Amino acid sequence: MSKNKGLFRVSVASLALMALTAWGLPQAAEAAEAKIGCAFSMTGGAAAYGATQKNGASLAMEQINAAAGAGGLKLKLLFEDDASTPQQGINVFQKFINADKVSMIIGPTLSNTAQVADRIAQQSKTPVLAISNTAQGITEIGDYIFRDSLTEGVVIPNTIKAIKAKLGIKKVALLYGNDDAFTKAGYQAFKAALAESGIQILSELSFAKGDRDFSPQLTQIKGMAPDAIICSALVEEASGIVSQARQLGIAQNVPIVGGNGFNSPALIKNAGAAAEGVIVGAAWNASSPLPVNKKFVEDYTKKFGTPPDQFAAQAFAGVHIAYQAIKKAGDPNNRAAIREALTQIKDLDTVLGPFYFTPGRDAGSQPVVQVVKDGKFVIFGM
Amino acid sequence: MNVLGQQLVNGLFIGGVYALFAVGYTLVFGVLDILNLAHAAVFTLGGLMALWLVQNAGLTIWTAFPLAVLFAGLLGLVLDQVAFKPLRRRPDTYFSGLISSIAMAIIFESLAMGVFGAHNSRFPAGTVPVVIWRLGGITITLLQVEILAAVVLMMVALTQLLKRARVGKAIRAVAENQHAARLLGINVDGIIAFTFFLSSALGGAAGILFGLYFDALSPDMGRPIELKGLAVIVLGGMGSVPGAILGGLAFGLSEVLTVAISGTSNLRDAVAFTLLFGIMLVRPSGLLGRGRLREA
Repeated sequence: MSKNKGLFRVSVASLALMALTAWGLPQAAEAAEAKIGCAFSMTGGAAAYGATQKNGASLAMEQINAAAGAGGLKLKLLFEDDASTPQQGINVFQKFINADKVSMIIGPTLSNTAQVADRIAQQSKTPVLAISNTAQGITEIGDYIFRDSLTEGVVIPNTIKAIKAKLGIKKVALLYGNDDAFTKAGYQAFKAALAESGIQILSELSFAKGDRDFSPQLTQIKGMAPDAIICSALVEEASGIVSQARQLGIAQNVPIVGGNGFNSPALIKNAGAAAEGVIVGAAWNASSPLPVNKKFVEDYTKKFGTPPDQFAAQAFAGVHIAYQAIKKAGDPNNRAAIREALTQIKDLDTVLGPFYFTPGRDAGSQPVVQVVKDGKFVIFGM
Repeated sequence: MNVLGQQLVNGLFIGGVYALFAVGYTLVFGVLDILNLAHAAVFTLGGLMALWLVQNAGLTIWTAFPLAVLFAGLLGLVLDQVAFKPLRRRPDTYFSGLISSIAMAIIFESLAMGVFGAHNSRFPAGTVPVVIWRLGGITITLLQVEILAAVVLMMVALTQLLKRARVGKAIRAVAENQHAARLLGINVDGIIAFTFFLSSALGGAAGILFGLYFDALSPDMGRPIELKGLAVIVLGGMGSVPGAILGGLAFGLSEVLTVAISGTSNLRDAVAFTLLFGIMLVRPSGLLGRGRLREA
């Protein structure tokens, strides 16, 4: 009896084990579902950006899956935290590529992380779509690396040309954060663009991450009476700079000009009336009249209670771009075909405008120049 | 000239906030010879409390300010009871008190992080009416004037309290000699607790003013000011209240002028601390020497 009972136990256990194994196996015959790995910074320095990226991406997934219907290709986004560090980024990429066997990867949030993690994806021939990396040399890592985020090198010269043409700016002061890769890249792009347009730089001043008091720099700038203040900063510092500049009595007709870092509703919320007239070159315009963009802003605001920022918009567009490519490739497991399909994307209707990839796999969308008017970003010069 | 004048105004203002912060810091040191390293955390919580009262409880800043200052003072009592009093009779009380105040600072900061999150929070627009005066090219805001007035008022009140009030005299007596004070019938523990209350209330007030002016409060906003406050009281003379005021103003001015001249904020702290080092070489006991709290 006791022997029988033991045997019974063993057989139940092995049955259970078999059931578990079978359940864990990928089911190839199942209706098509494509897995996309999303490596976003949910903790660490870039946590604020990762959070809206996740919002934008999940909104896109919901809408795509709802529209796909019963038989259509569905998306499954796997979110992992890259902790704003390259080391964790590598771990997340390896998990996506080897354990989860994703069709492609979206992310990581920071260029620093992308510099190392993207190499791993390139080696294992997994397509990566960067949605917020703006540093030089990301897509040069290899032919599997794409991005839908416009670099400062595209956005800034466009902005400088626009302010020169429309406002006749001749002399400016430059203010930038000099201990951050993004703000420094912005500074270099501004400097090059200003030199090319023949605009005189009266003075270059800098601040450090976490600074709250910008009045010494702004007082010096005020004394030089520039036509405009060119500023490379992330949104927290940008808000402080804008409000303190106006408080110090730098007239409203001396515009403050910024890049991608300024393109956030937080700037208008934080700086209030002082933000009026701030000129922002960016990859995405929140009030763009494109129907797809209007719907995105409405849906996003309804779902999350705050209006989207550029990070959310680029994530939203990124998921749509990825979905189109996977659908076109026909097989979620054929990464080479997905890569090929990405290169062929053309005139795709996204929130960033009609979208394609340049031969260098960078975003082919048009940069915009915006100005803050009545508490909203509107297209500059219209 | 206008630029220089404006920079002096900028420096005077930030120096005033440093001074208010440092006066609280130095008060505890003057009485107990103990550094309270949780002072910066009280500074942060005072500011965040005022923000919470304005934002969530719907109070005006005029009501929120005294309430938040009171809250900061109560935090001081907690600090005294939890971090310092149990260790007071130990032979290593100076060192162990220092360590337990670091622990309290971490606890306070984590609490703030849990309640407010790690991001910058701001006072709602219109908390303080925006009025700007321009005097011959120099810009002064109503807020700046109010803040300086608050700083001066609190400094004068503190000095008078220490000099004339009974409790002020008792504080000085405890600072001079705890044993003798006890023999004279002074409630030493009560006086120490009151000193912590006063010190933390001033620290909290500095936090609120700092938060109002820069309009960006976060749980780690006390960190940069912690070291500066220490430098300010060393500069002014450890334990000296007028020294802390002088030191705060000197520190604020040196920071602002360094940024103005060099055009970058990287050298700001370097110059300020080099200055401190230089003054220490010439006057090892600080600008106003030692023991001024006792003489007040």
